[in-house]
Amino acid sequence: MPLRLLKYGLSRTYPVSGDIPATPDLKPSYDVVIVGGGGHGLSCAHHLSKYHGISSVAVIEKGYLAGGNTARNTTTIRSNYITPEGIAFYKEAVELFENLSQELDFNVMFSQRGQLTLAHTEATLRSFHARAEMGKHLGTRTEVIDQKAVEELVPSLNMDYGGALEILGGLWHADGGTARHDAVAWGYAAQASRRGVEIHQRTEVEGFEVVGDQVRAVRTNRGRIACGQVLIATGGMNYDVAMMAGVELPIRCYPLQAMVTQPLKPWLHTLVSSVSLHTYLVQSSRGEVVIGGGSDPYQLYSTRSTLDMKEHLSEGAVHLFPFLQGVRLLRQWAGVTDMTPDYSPIMGASPLENLWLDCGWGTWGFKATPVAGKRMAQAIATGRVPDILKPFALERFETFRLLNEMGATAASH
Amino acid sequence: MKILTCPMNGPRNIDEFQSFGPVRAEPDPDMTADADWSRHLFRAENRRGMVVEWWRHVPSNYFFLAERDLVTNEIIRTFDASERRAQS
Repeated sequence: MPLRLLKYGLSRTYPVSGDIPATPDLKPSYDVVIVGGGGHGLSCAHHLSKYHGISSVAVIEKGYLAGGNTARNTTTIRSNYITPEGIAFYKEAVELFENLSQELDFNVMFSQRGQLTLAHTEATLRSFHARAEMGKHLGTRTEVIDQKAVEELVPSLNMDYGGALEILGGLWHADGGTARHDAVAWGYAAQASRRGVEIHQRTEVEGFEVVGDQVRAVRTNRGRIACGQVLIATGGMNYDVAMMAGVELPIRCYPLQAMVTQPLKPWLHTLVSSVSLHTYLVQSSRGEVVIGGGSDPYQLYSTRSTLDMKEHLSEGAVHLFPFLQGVRLLRQWAGVTDMTPDYSPIMGASPLENLWLDCGWGTWGFKATPVAGKRMAQAIATGRVPDILKPFALERFETFRLLNEMGATAASH
Repeated sequence: MKILTCPMNGPRNIDEFQSFGPVRAEPDPDMTADADWSRHLFRAENRRGMVVEWWRHVPSNYFFLAERDLVTNEIIRTFDASERRAQS
């Protein structure tokens, strides 16, 4: 058996699929330059090359592929938002995730095990009813469930009957799930590069040549690139990159911290999130419990971790599942999130004619990776912003048409 | 634990404080066009570097100002709001 394996491994005919091609030399110009080699940028490149026949595309990435917030999120996928615009958008994201492994011919390990959000107060329960009705109306699987149903879904949960944090009910979102974040980015990168998209790692944008209302070229540490269209999809760097083009976004940057425990036997079969405790938990396929919460309480450009936040998250996790108290933490990390005033993204056109924005992804970006790429590609290829993206335009702040998703976003994933 | 030195209460753990974000110009609501008002509401200082922010010491409900580096998180100084009024 080992001999057969060795022969197979050494065979010249065995097609070893290289991951991502090595960074090529920069060409003097591309039809589309995508700034940011994370999930969103790569998804856009994939959709441009596969569905719009545009393969003169350069994805330029300051660091390494998918090493920013694509690598740092906690992989929650869901569509149980509050606004009809938000729900419709994230519903399409969930639907694309359902078929993503086939689309990419790459196993993204999508696990649609449902998300349970807990209410510890009557007020939270009322907001759940609003979310559930809006979700049902738009065709998502979202419902309010009572204490008994919560206990049946997650028997190990501390219901805290009679306590200050008694669980009064939950918002059960059967469409919710997780996927492997790295695989999503690599799958898009592999598909896009197979169709001629160039991925330039360690290529940092230093500025834009703006003439009138056009971006003529992107200046990088490896040279100047003339461009037809430009997309900004740089996660925590969106504010800085847009400023280089003279576009000031309504964004403030905050760190978002998360952590994982040592691996445990599979016991948690859904995503569990508590609004009041600002804590959510999900058990990964390795058995580690991923624990996350809200952003840090003040602005900062730093990926440092703090003891305060670790204590806060641990307190929430141990309250919900007291048997976790002896479990050790394995890793902790943080990412810089680009938070918008209304907790919704900024997508679509910018004040410059050929500069497109896929920004303001704060703490809700990973779940939108397929749909943001698909719809931004459509906008770039046709020059027209698709209807589903129109509510997310930058102008909404000037016209005071905000999409308030704070209640469905800030406290819990 | 990070320490923030409150002008009134002295050095305290930063979790006793609440950040209210960067100081903004205070436009006159009657004299401000919609676009400028939107700017005032939604665009706060986010450049890498120093920022002057409103903070509140929660137990004493005391509001004050702090100058902080948004990259290193170093708190340069804290001062009472009267000092800002005196400057402007």
